[in-house]
Amino acid sequence: MSTPLTPTPAAESAAAVPDALVELRGVTCGYGERIILEDIDLVVPRGKLVALMGTSGGGKTTVLRLIGRQIGAMRGQVLVNGQDVATLDAAGLMAARRRMGMLFQFGALFTDLSVFENVAFPLREHTRLPESILRDLVLMKLNAVGLRGARDLMPSEISGGMARRVALARAMALDPELMLYDEPFAGLDPISMGVAARLIRELNDTMGLTSILVSHDVEETFLIADHVVLLANGRIVAQGTPAEMRASEDPLVKQFVHAAADGPVRFHYPAQDAGHDFGVRG
Amino acid sequence: MIRWLRPSVVGQAVRLKVTDIGYATRLFLKLLGTLPATFRRPRLLSEQIFFLGNYSLAIILVSGLFVGFVLGLQGYYILQRYGSSEALGLMVALSLARELGPVVAALLFAGRAGTALTAGIGLMKAGEQLAAMEMMAVDPIQRVLAPRFWGGVIAMPLLAAVFSAVGILGGWLVGVVMIGVDPGAFWSQMQSGVDVFQDVGNGLIKSVVFGFTVTFVALLQGYGCKPTAEGVSLATTRTVVMASLAVLGLDFVLTAMMFSI
Repeated sequence: MSTPLTPTPAAESAAAVPDALVELRGVTCGYGERIILEDIDLVVPRGKLVALMGTSGGGKTTVLRLIGRQIGAMRGQVLVNGQDVATLDAAGLMAARRRMGMLFQFGALFTDLSVFENVAFPLREHTRLPESILRDLVLMKLNAVGLRGARDLMPSEISGGMARRVALARAMALDPELMLYDEPFAGLDPISMGVAARLIRELNDTMGLTSILVSHDVEETFLIADHVVLLANGRIVAQGTPAEMRASEDPLVKQFVHAAADGPVRFHYPAQDAGHDFGVRG
Repeated sequence: MIRWLRPSVVGQAVRLKVTDIGYATRLFLKLLGTLPATFRRPRLLSEQIFFLGNYSLAIILVSGLFVGFVLGLQGYYILQRYGSSEALGLMVALSLARELGPVVAALLFAGRAGTALTAGIGLMKAGEQLAAMEMMAVDPIQRVLAPRFWGGVIAMPLLAAVFSAVGILGGWLVGVVMIGVDPGAFWSQMQSGVDVFQDVGNGLIKSVVFGFTVTFVALLQGYGCKPTAEGVSLATTRTVVMASLAVLGLDFVLTAMMFSI
């Protein structure tokens, strides 16, 4: 079960919040026999930036996949805009996904298309805009991420940070109401990381988005998130504002926030007694 | 008891195989269903026909020429024993149109274009490009697989025809120019002996069937592969092995059927 440290008003009245864009109710999910998430309750209020944090393999990305119904839940409900995504038919799912933008871990740009065509892709697929309007729209999106000048480059010719920003422009091309970010800071240098973090926050506020950010980068995430949810072993172990998380006395939260090698998450993989293994004890 | 003989192990293996076959069948039917939508976007389709055809053209031309050379030499060796070396043109044309054109072109197509298809789609999967497309509410089967599928189905018979034509030229070069078979007999025997429906038609049917087979195997392997570097390389190998075996097996079945009609 989730144990909120100091629950925010939004988290307290989970089911009753009419302003929740995304809501997970008692969701259990896994692949085959392996359970990844167990009995998760999560509320993402409209207009907020909620960060999902936790150790690698803790099920953070699975939450994003559930929201876009790339995988289904074994038990429980995933509500987007009050609608259970499991009940959507093919057309309904497509319509729901058109209102979501997702930024994948390494951008997932189409390698055979230029930067411009990557951003134009969703517009070409879903609209019949005249070429001149399409061009202006794409350049506006690219301008928002500072890459208007890189329009003619191929994905192989730009850096990892730039690829992430192009992917961000592409994810926003259809003006979504919900943005999902899967590890947007992974593998970026400090400058690119700062740029990406600022962009995510600014876009959320200026375009009236709701964002869910999966990350394990404590500093950058605490700087921009409204609400932080800490996942471990498939459960929500703590949540609160970044300030509350920093002040927390919970040993697991402390270990995570201060990046300690040993704590509730063990440094050593379970093994038999060291003395026995090295033969120093009879 | 031997481990693999245990009913549970055998049952599990059979179940997995049946699941695979079901998955492949569903994908094949889905791809067949994409026909109208694919032809509504002719630019994507023509891009793939160009890409796949162009990719394999050089290897098809060179191989066709050499197969023709060899046919000219071997054919002459056999036919002159019976004093009928004028029939060389007919023999070369029949072997190519009925058999070698479609089969060898399909094997080369699997090695050149098939692997490129598998690797391309496997890499798109490994780089989460297909997942990104799904999240943009675009169906990867319709947008990525379908144009490649129909492109391959159209490109394959064209390549087989090019292979046969170049092979006949090769046979002519060796038989007429090098050995000195009478050119009039070479061409006129071919003209009177090759039937458009019986010989060229049967070859065409074969090449279309092989086009479906090779392209589908390549797409199935690419789309179903594990999204890792290792998975992509395994899938590429499997494409060549499975497509080649399928082509040779189907060739026998088709030939047997065509003889019985």
